[in-house]
Parts: sequence; structure tokens; C-alpha cells
Amino acid sequence: MNSTNPSSGAINLDPWFGHYADRASGLSASEVRALFAVASRPEVVSLAGGMPFVRALPEDLVSNALERVMRESGPMALQYGSGQGLPVLREQILEIMSLEGISASADDVVVTTGSQQALDLVTKLFIDPGDVILAEAPSYVGAIGVFRSYQAQVVHLETDADGLVPGALADAIARLRADGRTIKFLYTIPNFHNPAGVTLSAERRPEIIRICAEAGILVLEDNPYGLLHFDEPVPSALRSLSPDGVIYLGSFSKTLAPGFRVGWALAPHAIREKLVLMAEAAILCPSSFSQLVISEYLSQADWKSQIEAFRGVYRERRDAMLESLAEHLPELTWNVPNGGFYIWVGLPDDLDSKAMLPRAVTELVAYTPGTAFFADGGGRQNMRLSFCYPTPEAIRLGIRRLATVISGERDLLETFAGTGRLTPNQVGESVTAPPPDLS
Amino acid sequence: MTTPMTIAVLSGGISHEREISLRTGRRVADALAERGHTVIVLDPDADLFARLDDISPDVVWPALHGSSGEDGALLGLLAAHGLKYVGPSPSSARLAWSKPSAKTLVSRSGVHTAESLTVTREAFRELGATNVLRLIARQLGTHLVVKPAQGGSAQGVTVVSDAEGLPRAMVDAFTYFDVAVVEKFILGTEVSATVVDMGGGPQVLPLVEIVPLDGSYSFEARYTAGETNFFVPARVSDESSRAAADAALRVYTSLGLESMARIDLIIDEAGVPFFLEANTLPGLTETSSAPLAIDAGELSVGEVYETLALRAAGR
Repeated sequence: MNSTNPSSGAINLDPWFGHYADRASGLSASEVRALFAVASRPEVVSLAGGMPFVRALPEDLVSNALERVMRESGPMALQYGSGQGLPVLREQILEIMSLEGISASADDVVVTTGSQQALDLVTKLFIDPGDVILAEAPSYVGAIGVFRSYQAQVVHLETDADGLVPGALADAIARLRADGRTIKFLYTIPNFHNPAGVTLSAERRPEIIRICAEAGILVLEDNPYGLLHFDEPVPSALRSLSPDGVIYLGSFSKTLAPGFRVGWALAPHAIREKLVLMAEAAILCPSSFSQLVISEYLSQADWKSQIEAFRGVYRERRDAMLESLAEHLPELTWNVPNGGFYIWVGLPDDLDSKAMLPRAVTELVAYTPGTAFFADGGGRQNMRLSFCYPTPEAIRLGIRRLATVISGERDLLETFAGTGRLTPNQVGESVTAPPPDLS
Repeated sequence: MTTPMTIAVLSGGISHEREISLRTGRRVADALAERGHTVIVLDPDADLFARLDDISPDVVWPALHGSSGEDGALLGLLAAHGLKYVGPSPSSARLAWSKPSAKTLVSRSGVHTAESLTVTREAFRELGATNVLRLIARQLGTHLVVKPAQGGSAQGVTVVSDAEGLPRAMVDAFTYFDVAVVEKFILGTEVSATVVDMGGGPQVLPLVEIVPLDGSYSFEARYTAGETNFFVPARVSDESSRAAADAALRVYTSLGLESMARIDLIIDEAGVPFFLEANTLPGLTETSSAPLAIDAGELSVGEVYETLALRAAGR
């Protein structure tokens, strides 16, 4: 259906153009995102997306749980359930969180459709247009999308090898408050950060909590990767240091499988009550079927050993990527993540990861430009490489191809060196990250 | 009543325009299926010809934008495999796909083209980028359009309004392809002319005027519904409209195109149409201009696509 303006005769292919809420700005077609369509082809080595390697999950572990659920609780699995989530699963979630030092009540757990929905609910609950959310530089692209949709202003904070820099947090709070800005919460991924790969050190954790507590700023702790450590376990969760000042988000997407779409929020009780009401308004209840299958899996399977198996798979892939980077791209910089899915790569100043992506697609390799992880246009000299999904052999091939891409781009830029401005134009705010189903 | 055919629609591929191709393919497949044909959509890969052998289609509809689909290579292989397809000969596709070649041929047919220079990445390296940029500016000025010598969907295309923007524009074009075309910018009305041959010879459908809301017909403006306004017919004088239709027909003929093509033109302030580029596999997505032209020509997309498929199948 088109609309024709009766006075001008203009045909517009969206009859509702002009009716959308302000928060919908930026939801437009994206040349960069379109390029990711090629990443689904088998010829392409995709180091772009963050799909967990679910093939490492023995099929019978899940299929046995599925069969038992349908045999023993079929009608319940197919029915609506509690908006807060199944009590038995909420109890099991407590056991998982206890591995990271969290002691809590199942009453304060809200099961959600992936932790992404929890992120959306918390943002909807707290953010008015123009409110400030503090976040690491860089930050999770999916969070930035949610924050943008509620018209928050994201202020990025300096992050180094030990995670968020406390001094930068304190300075930003003081500066923003002096400017009369309203800061609603700090969003942080303390463990194996997406995309930066870093982990907030044990020493900094109480400092971050203290600064936020003194400033009266809530902390939103997003922890999907914490159990996927390769060496030492991560320090205790921020939530363990401040039960009243932290909303903790967890997920089964990385430690089991994202297809279930089950995550959770652990929140102080006053917030939790509102989250439940908002969740019911949004989706009535999380999937009973998925919750029961996960609960069955947790009660019957050796899930801790399975997580250990995942760690082994991802550790091998991380090592393959690090070795390949050292061999083929020694001129770049990168961190060495001790867990999770991602390596954050720094490019020489003259290279622009977003502008270079078409060349990468030509060479049959994909990555995520750093711009996807900043709300303020930053990140052009960075890219995120994911080692979670491709095999070690594919990773090595992908890095070799990436070296060809970078060599070609540098050669081109050297040809034009000294001729004038080579910085790419900043165009629009369209999405520059791959969709979740493209690895 | 038309006898139902089996039609293989090829879409996807590994070009930069894969996503657009998938959209075009879906629309074509839906329209043909609604006319009662059996439509099988295939994403070309190493098994393509084996799958086509299994299907044994009456005709193939290549909806592959970008290289391999539009450069004539796949069309030649389809023909070599004894398959009938909708579209031009491989050599015509190749000529249209190469913007410099198309400009040369079109110009010889008497159609105006923007003054331009075709430059290679190698030329910049050998002769010195500063020298080449200076020559470009001296010859064409600094209000320019820089585009890769092949490709579509405005990928790698930059409108440059001053000398400062030219180096980056060249880099962006060369990121897609090692040859670029630098054209003098022509201020005017941007129109697309869809040409179809339903059996009675090529016919130019009503001109579609394109007015992007932010002024640039960028990738975003092309594929985000609502971000471009269209006027059908274009708001130009009858004389200019006739001149543009005549130019489109000349382009179609001079390049040896067949079935359907979209010819992009700019009508300058004096009413003179200038050729921009020819698309042998025009976009047929929800936001493309060709379906608007078909509607305005009092045809239906199903009727047009079916007729083109029937003609290609030799029925």
C-alpha cells in the first residue's frame, strides 16, 4: 500500500511515514547491515556475529529433557505460566548465581525472554527521553539499541585492560550533574566484556559500587559470559557487593542455548515488582515450554560439566585466533580475553573498520565494525572479532583473509596519502551490527 | 489461460547486493506464483546446475543483483547449459554492467552523458594521486559524482561538492572496485525509465521521478520505505518527458537490452536528459521504482513478469 499526497501528487511507499514515534528514528535500511547478508553464505568466514557453538551440546542432553517434559508435564508446558517465571526454575537460577558469589531469594528473580528482554524492561522502567545512561566504551550493541529506542543519551566511560576505570566514572558523574543532567544507571558488562573482551578486576569492583552508591546511581550488571572463563573464575559479581544497588541480568543463551530465549533479572524487591508487571504487559509470561525444558536439563544433566566442555571449545578457538593474529596481523593491537566470545582489535589510525567492510565481503570474511559498539560515532579504528562459532581452521582462514583486506586497504590509503582528508563521512545512525542469526 | 510453467528464480548470491537480490527474488517469485506458475527460488552455489537439472525449469529468472548476476557471466553459463532465461544476452549485460563501456555506447547513440573520467586505482599509484586529483578537478570541476565502475544500489557512490571531499570519495569507490568513474554533477530532476518488451517491441513506461527526502538517493533512501517520494509521471514538461523516453529507448537499443531494463537519467534544468546508468536486472523490491512504473503503465507486475517469462521460454 502506498500513499499519495493529494496536493503534491507525491507517492510515498510507506503510508505511515510521519506517524512513527521519535524513538523510531534510525530504524532505516543500512548499507553495512546489508553487507552482513553475505555472511550467511558458506564461502564466507564470519567473525562478525556472536552465535554460541550449540553443536557442542550433546543432542541427547536436550532431547531427553524435551521428551521428559512432554511426557510428564505436557499440558503445563503448553499453557500460560506465571509472569515472573516458574518457581522451580527461579530456585535453580539461584544455584547458578551462587557460583559467582550471589546470595538471593527466588522471589527477586524475574525470568525473561532472554536477558535482552530484561534489558528492555529495565530501560523502559527507568528512562525518560534525554536521561543519561553510563556505559563502558565500547558497549554491547544490543544494549545501545535498546537505550536508543527509549531516547536515552549514552555516555561512554573509559575502559582499560582491567575494565571500567573508576576515576572516569566518578568524573563523568560529577561533570554530568554539574551540567544538570539526570543519570539513571550505569550499564556494565563486568566479565569478558562484549565487545572489549576485558574483565573488571576484583580490586575495582568495590570501588565502582562505592562510587555509584555515593552518587545514588543504580548499577545494571549484565553477565551472560561469566561462567565461560578459560583460566581463573571471575571475581564475585557486583550484585554480591550491593544487593540493593544492583540489578543483575543473567542468561542461558551462552551456557546452554539461545534458542530457548530464557534469561533473567535479579532485582531489589521494589524494582522486581514493577518488572513483573511490565513483563506481563509486554509478553504475559515467558515460554513455559522453554522454562520447563531448561529446568529439567538443570535437574537431570551434568550442566556444570557441559559448561566446562563449552569452555574447552571456546578456549581452543580463542587460541587459534590469537595465534593467527600474531602471525598475519602483527601491526594490529588486541586484547587477550580470558573467557567469553570476543577479541577487540585496534587498527592503525588510518584504517576505518566500517569503510573497509565492503572489501572484507569481497574477500569473503566478515567482522563487526567498532562503530556498532558506540552511541557517539566512535569505534572506527576498532573491530570486534568473534571466535565462538567458526572452527579453528575457519578462524585461521578468516584471519588470513582479513590480512589481505587490511593490506589492500592500507595500500589504497597510502596511494592517497597527503592528498587531503581521508576520514570517512559520518552518515546517519543506521544499525551497523549483524542481525543475531548471522554468525 | 496460460499453461503453468516451472520457473526457477535465482536470488541471493555472494555479491555486495545479496540482500537486495533476495528481496527482488521474493517479489518476483510471489508475483509469478500468484499467476499459477510453479516457482522455485534458488540461491546459487556449487550445486546450482545440478539443482536446475533436477528441476528442469521452463525458464530461469535471474534476480541476482551485483556481480555474477549482472555482469553477464551467469547468463552465459545458463545459456551454455541450454537453459532459457529472462534477460539480455551475456554480452549486452556485460556492456551495461560496465559503466564506462555503457557511457561510451550510449553517447555514440546520441544520448547525452555527463562529462566524466574513468580512472583506475593503478593510475593513481603510477602517476601520483595528487596529480590525478588535480587533473580531475581541472577537467570536471569539484562538484562531482564518484562511483565504482560497476555495481549498484549506490554502494560506493559519493556526491562530492568540493575538492576536499574528492580523495575520500575515490577511496570509497575503490573499496568496491579497482576502476572508478568520476562524473560532473548535473543538477536536475532524477528519473528512472523502465523499458519492457512484452512482445510488441520495447516500450517505455511512465517516467518515475525520484525525490529522496534528505536529498541523496543513497542506499538508505533506496531501501527504507518512506524515505523517498516518487512522482509518476515525473513533473517535467511534455517535451522533456518525450526526450527522456526517447533517450531511454536509445539506451535500451544501443546496449542490445532485452526483456526489461531500468534506465536512470537526470533531466537538467534546460530539460535535456542525461544518461546515468542502465540496469539489466532492475530492482523489483517493495521500494523500487520499476513496479511503480508498471502500475502507472496500467499493467500489473504479475502480468508483466509472466509475459517476460513466457517470451523467454519461447511460448
